[in-house]
Amino acid sequence: MALFNLHINGEQREVDVDPDMPILWVLRDHLKLLGTKYGCGIAQCGACTVHLNGIAVRSCSLPVSSIGDSAITTIEGLSANADHALQEAWRKHDVPQCGYCQAGQIMNAASLLAQNPDPSEQDIENAMNGNICRCCTYNKIKAAIQTAAQNV
Amino acid sequence: MTLIKTKYNRRSFLKVSAASTGGLMIGFSWAVSCSPTPGAIEKAPPSDWFDINAFLSIADNGQVTIMSPNPEIGQNVKTSMPMVVAEELDVDWTNVIVKQAGLNTEAFTRQVAGGSQSIRKSWHGLRMAGATAKQMLVNAASQRWNVDPSTLTTAKGTITNANGDQLSYAEVASLAATLEVPVEVTLKDPKDFKIIGTDRGNVDMENIITGKPLFGIDTQREGMQYAVVLRPPAFGMKLKSFQDEAARKVKGVTDVVPFGDKIAVLATSTWAAMKGQKALDAEWQKAGSLEDTDYHDRTMLALLDKKSSEPRRKDGNATAQFKTADKVIERTYEAPFLPHNCLEPMNFFAHVTDENVELYGPIQTPERTRTRVAELLGRDKSEISIGLSRMGGGFGRRLYGDFVLEAAEISGKVKKPIQLLFTREDDMTAGIYRPGSKYKFKAALKEGQMTAYHLVGVGANMRNATRENNWPAATLDHYLVESHSLESNITTGAWRAPITNFLAYAEQSFIDEVAEELGQDPVQFRLGLFKRAKDNPVGKLEYDVDKFVNVIELAAEKSGWGQKQDGIYKGFSAYYSHNTYVAEVAELVLERNKPKVTKMTVAIDCGIVVNPIAAENQAIGGVIDGIGHALFGDFSFVNGQPQAKNFDRYRLIRMKEAPEVNIHFVKSQDDPTGLGEPTLPPAGGAVANAIYAATGKRLYKQPFTKQDVVFG
Repeated sequence: MALFNLHINGEQREVDVDPDMPILWVLRDHLKLLGTKYGCGIAQCGACTVHLNGIAVRSCSLPVSSIGDSAITTIEGLSANADHALQEAWRKHDVPQCGYCQAGQIMNAASLLAQNPDPSEQDIENAMNGNICRCCTYNKIKAAIQTAAQNV
Repeated sequence: MTLIKTKYNRRSFLKVSAASTGGLMIGFSWAVSCSPTPGAIEKAPPSDWFDINAFLSIADNGQVTIMSPNPEIGQNVKTSMPMVVAEELDVDWTNVIVKQAGLNTEAFTRQVAGGSQSIRKSWHGLRMAGATAKQMLVNAASQRWNVDPSTLTTAKGTITNANGDQLSYAEVASLAATLEVPVEVTLKDPKDFKIIGTDRGNVDMENIITGKPLFGIDTQREGMQYAVVLRPPAFGMKLKSFQDEAARKVKGVTDVVPFGDKIAVLATSTWAAMKGQKALDAEWQKAGSLEDTDYHDRTMLALLDKKSSEPRRKDGNATAQFKTADKVIERTYEAPFLPHNCLEPMNFFAHVTDENVELYGPIQTPERTRTRVAELLGRDKSEISIGLSRMGGGFGRRLYGDFVLEAAEISGKVKKPIQLLFTREDDMTAGIYRPGSKYKFKAALKEGQMTAYHLVGVGANMRNATRENNWPAATLDHYLVESHSLESNITTGAWRAPITNFLAYAEQSFIDEVAEELGQDPVQFRLGLFKRAKDNPVGKLEYDVDKFVNVIELAAEKSGWGQKQDGIYKGFSAYYSHNTYVAEVAELVLERNKPKVTKMTVAIDCGIVVNPIAAENQAIGGVIDGIGHALFGDFSFVNGQPQAKNFDRYRLIRMKEAPEVNIHFVKSQDDPTGLGEPTLPPAGGAVANAIYAATGKRLYKQPFTKQDVVFG
């Protein structure tokens, strides 16, 4: 075990964990931030997407020892009042079915919009293609991102 | 309006004192519940709640809590079922709080998510619950005013008398809770619906988009251990021996617990449990046949040529017709086994103590599962509780309680609260798969007509691989359907739209080919067959011809069927399943000579649509799911061992491949039917037929992308 001082959602959090533990499990099992989901463990599905210094990363494949001073943002820290343009758009389009992948979808989309506030349809497809939605809400996800882009 | 006899008795209406339930309900309502409309609840917290019946309670501030009894797997029942109660109760939806009920066999019937039946089977019960409660509130108001109840009207949680005086439901709730249950109540005329048929957002939306704990995997309990299980690596293998020294040395691992042919690793984190699982050194031995996909293929193809002693259906004499036909078309279609791949892997919480058994998590069949756990642990069912979490997908996988039994067995051995999790690899390799299946179709053509039809189906562990009474049954004088089963030790079960998820593609591809052979337009050919079923059906007729024809015509119209567009190729398909009629038109283009599906036009008759925005979502999802698995779904076994273990080697459809999908619901006042599954079966056939239109190549196997004739 080893001590790590992590910057998560604007707070300092100290954890004493196995250095090779992926940040996903640090968030979920140790910090009880349960919004970030496990889907595949090999960075193939996107359910575990969080931001590292604002960039979308797959937390299931990122050991805690590799984080250093980087700032982690999870779905719980995306906005103070659940009022991120994407969250508003998700409500408007009633995007989820089962809902399990949606935090990862939103985090991935938030990173896209931060870098490309006016993405084309193709930009959205390229950016979101790593996120699986088993219920196949892809069309609504795309529409919600387009709505959010107009309101950013 | 429909006057209807209530089936309730006093026992099903809980009269609970305000003092004893008030605090409890408040605690729930304001801490962990969900409101349909964010920010809408700005009233003072209620101080008293009155339980009107098992489905709902009304607070003294007008807040209404409606229990959602059925498991939520993404099919929207947690929103749409309470909508039905709220409609008949006549309350403002913004004042409704929805709470997920746990397993409660005394209060609820059929707490199952399966077969697309939640709304259909509960429709009357939900309406009656709302209507009965409303009548009791009205009766209470009539006592207060000393007037006849029939002189009172209701709207949005308020009762109005002939003088225009008003009482809120909240004001009469306590009195209503003491009244006799009415013998008769009136149900609304569907044309007066104010909530049903309007778009209502998902009641769990806020929790989903802010990452609140909601799913089984999010369960947390004091002292809980995480459990990951090592299972035999192949079907037909069992445990011989194991060494656990290395596993026990993994930091965070607290225990190693063998049970049956499996070994559980318990740890203080999921990661440690996963590492412990990998560190186990187990030796396995052969305990049965180690099956290959090649073996399945060979054996099933041989079975297709076998005559069945008991046909599933036999009208006329098809065999004789084939001998005198001008031409016989025979085609065979083949499907692989498929895993469900719910994005939330199988998991369950269990805490077995000497006093009771607490189970919590994602399960589509809580009642059946409780019975099995009771048998496994030798406990009385009354000692076992099952709470229902939201489920990260089901698709049939969570009908099977294997993971609940594992969790209960492990917790029973260690007498600690445990949270069992399947890794993705566990989930994909310890599946209860869509069985591999094959179908052979034969049509006799004579004088420009299809005169006989013969279908033989075979599937792994399938009692019946066919749907013998589905269309085109009743349209032909000579019709024969047979079914065989290949016994396999690979566990198989229901997968979204069981049987028809592949059979529909095969049938609709075959019909397309027959129509072409007869020189007929595929849509006109289908409609011609329906005419016979309408005028003079042959044998048993189990579908509604008018509804079926209507969706076919609607899909044709909305898709511009028959209108040629350069570079766009169309395919047609229609199928009836789960009591719902669906017709689909696929459009595709060729990109670098490879087909790309661009648009799906879908017509659906599922009766009354309870929540259109969610119904559309569900329908689109089914279509894209159907396309995805037809294009990509590939799964095979070598020596009993699944060859794909994770998403690097198992391809699911992604955003880039998802076409535009336009849904057209038939306007209907008939009772609602299924919607979670019926749009999936026709999708593959529509795509296959469009691929033929584009390339001149017919596809006889799934996944399509593995067929070099088109995708090579």
